Amino acid sequence: MPLLDVRDLKTHFKTDDGIVRAVDGVSFTVEKGKTLAIVGESGSGKSVTCLTIMGLNARANTITSGEALFNDRDLLKLPSDELRKVRGQEISMIFQDPMTSLNPVHSIGKQLREAVQLHASVGKQPANRRAVEMLKAVGIPRAEQRLGDYPHQFSGGMRQRVMIAMALINNPDLLIADEPTTALDVTTQAQILKLMTQLQRDFGSAIVLITHDLGVVAETADDVLVMYAAQPVEQGGYQDIFYRPHHPYTWGLLNSLPRLVTEGTDLKPIPGTPPSLLRPPSGCRFHVRCGYTMDVCPKVEPTLEAVPGQAGHSVACHLEESVKQHEASNLLSQLKTGAKA
Amino acid sequence: MFRYVIRRVLWAIVLMLAVTLITYVMFFAIPVDAARLVAGKSATPAEVKIVAHRLYLDRPIYAQYGHFLYNLVVNHSLGYSYNDRQSVNTTVFAAAPVTASLVFGGALLWMVIAIPVGVLSALRPRSALDRTAMVGVLTGISAHPVWLGYMASFLIGYKLGWLPIQGYCSFSGQNGGAFCGGPADWFTHMVLPWSVFAILYAAFYVRMIRGNVMETMNEDYVRTARAKGAPESLVMRRHVLRNAMLPVVTMLGMDIAIALGGSVLIEVVFGLPGLGAVAVQSVEQFDLPKVMGVVVFAAAIVVIFNLLVDILYAWIDPRIRLA
Repeated sequence: MPLLDVRDLKTHFKTDDGIVRAVDGVSFTVEKGKTLAIVGESGSGKSVTCLTIMGLNARANTITSGEALFNDRDLLKLPSDELRKVRGQEISMIFQDPMTSLNPVHSIGKQLREAVQLHASVGKQPANRRAVEMLKAVGIPRAEQRLGDYPHQFSGGMRQRVMIAMALINNPDLLIADEPTTALDVTTQAQILKLMTQLQRDFGSAIVLITHDLGVVAETADDVLVMYAAQPVEQGGYQDIFYRPHHPYTWGLLNSLPRLVTEGTDLKPIPGTPPSLLRPPSGCRFHVRCGYTMDVCPKVEPTLEAVPGQAGHSVACHLEESVKQHEASNLLSQLKTGAKA
Repeated sequence: MFRYVIRRVLWAIVLMLAVTLITYVMFFAIPVDAARLVAGKSATPAEVKIVAHRLYLDRPIYAQYGHFLYNLVVNHSLGYSYNDRQSVNTTVFAAAPVTASLVFGGALLWMVIAIPVGVLSALRPRSALDRTAMVGVLTGISAHPVWLGYMASFLIGYKLGWLPIQGYCSFSGQNGGAFCGGPADWFTHMVLPWSVFAILYAAFYVRMIRGNVMETMNEDYVRTARAKGAPESLVMRRHVLRNAMLPVVTMLGMDIAIALGGSVLIEVVFGLPGLGAVAVQSVEQFDLPKVMGVVVFAAAIVVIFNLLVDILYAWIDPRIRLA
């Protein structure tokens, strides 16, 4: 049984202009101790999906439906006080910008202690000991002395380490990381990713990793969910996504990665911009930006269907299976050789 | 922290010097012969000269200023009034408690109103409470204190007869043979002035607190606190309010200090013999020592309050301590 089983999740926001369908029918599962990467452009609904599961965007103008089964409970139907107890203890979250995610007026010791004491009635001393343990685990030197320091006395990378320490302090089953490395410079990114995978091994937590960086996905993910305009378009093991991608949007994402080997070639972005979620395009939402559009695409909405012969791999696209395979292998050989079409 | 405090104190002294110097120079720019005013209409030129000599008015300005500073620092004296020959210290220290009663009582009242209304408005934007509060705020900001004051004393004091219309009663009851005194009289005489004072400031503070709280609630660290599993009440207290109150503390310190220097309008409307009233009277009489007395006292209060706010701020916000 999976640790987290999300079924047909929808999050709609009522606004003055109409209903924004920020998440529109997303299903996925996360297995114990595994990493699921949710990939997509900005505004594709990755973050809202996770915030909804955590109950963190429960405002009056939010409509949610679907199920999010976690340890035999549906998180979406849990009373808010029960859900509060799940947050920080069974599911933790780390965010994109470590510079603003820690409270500037409290010492990090106090903030770490708070995370412990919110879920267990322990005194200040044991909570402090736990905090020091965690700071050591995430590689903060002189952990005992630094407990009294404030967030502004740490660098960005160090603050993200503190955030990770705080998220893992209660040994959660699931860690949701919302673009944890986006605000960091490249060398720090690598360190943080390494730290996360290492801690995942030590603590056995499952991870949902939200990112738009396929490099990050390649380094960490077991499974991948590709989202476009609030809907899943392709889903599978990381090998399916990297070696047998079946959706034109996934091809676009792979193709838009900068390459060091090919000198002098331009970046290849996906043309156009993500559509408005207030009035999404008809049929397949990607058809306006897709290079393979057929007559059927604007008319019929494709459903996520299993790729023949590849267990766990599914895709929502009208293209013929043979075309998909052909294009995928073409793209891969290009990426490998660095040649330009 | 210690070095920070020392630096702030040194700055405060420089500021005091600057304020007194500027007041002194400004006073001498007014084309009035203070010695003649003091000596009286029928005084001969010789008599005026004697008066001028006794009041140090025949020395250059810098010597007069030096004398003033010397007196202040060494004798702790603000000098003697040109007009009634009374010690300015006595006048200022008699007026200060009146203004202090008005300002601190008013500040307490306006914060008691502004914090809950501001926070609740922020928590439920566009609700009935929020809209009502905003109408109240607009009224409070738009109303003139003199109008508000006279309306309050007319309606509540005169028509309804619930509270005294005018005047001040000392808290301790020692009022030099006056008609009233003691905490109860002091309180009833202050209720109207406090209320008018509080309405004006509460309006600003409701707006400011509402805005700050709404802004802080969108901060990433507030989301972090929720993600940690903190209940909403704790999120508000520990993570939102403390950050949202930072600018409010600064404003409060400055507003109280400025008001202590003379809430002229309210003191005049309610016949309170406070610093503002003394200042108005002594300017009309070209009574330099009294003017200087009020200015020095008010400046000292402003500077001391700024100092306290700075230190308090550094205590609340760890980022300041290093700067």
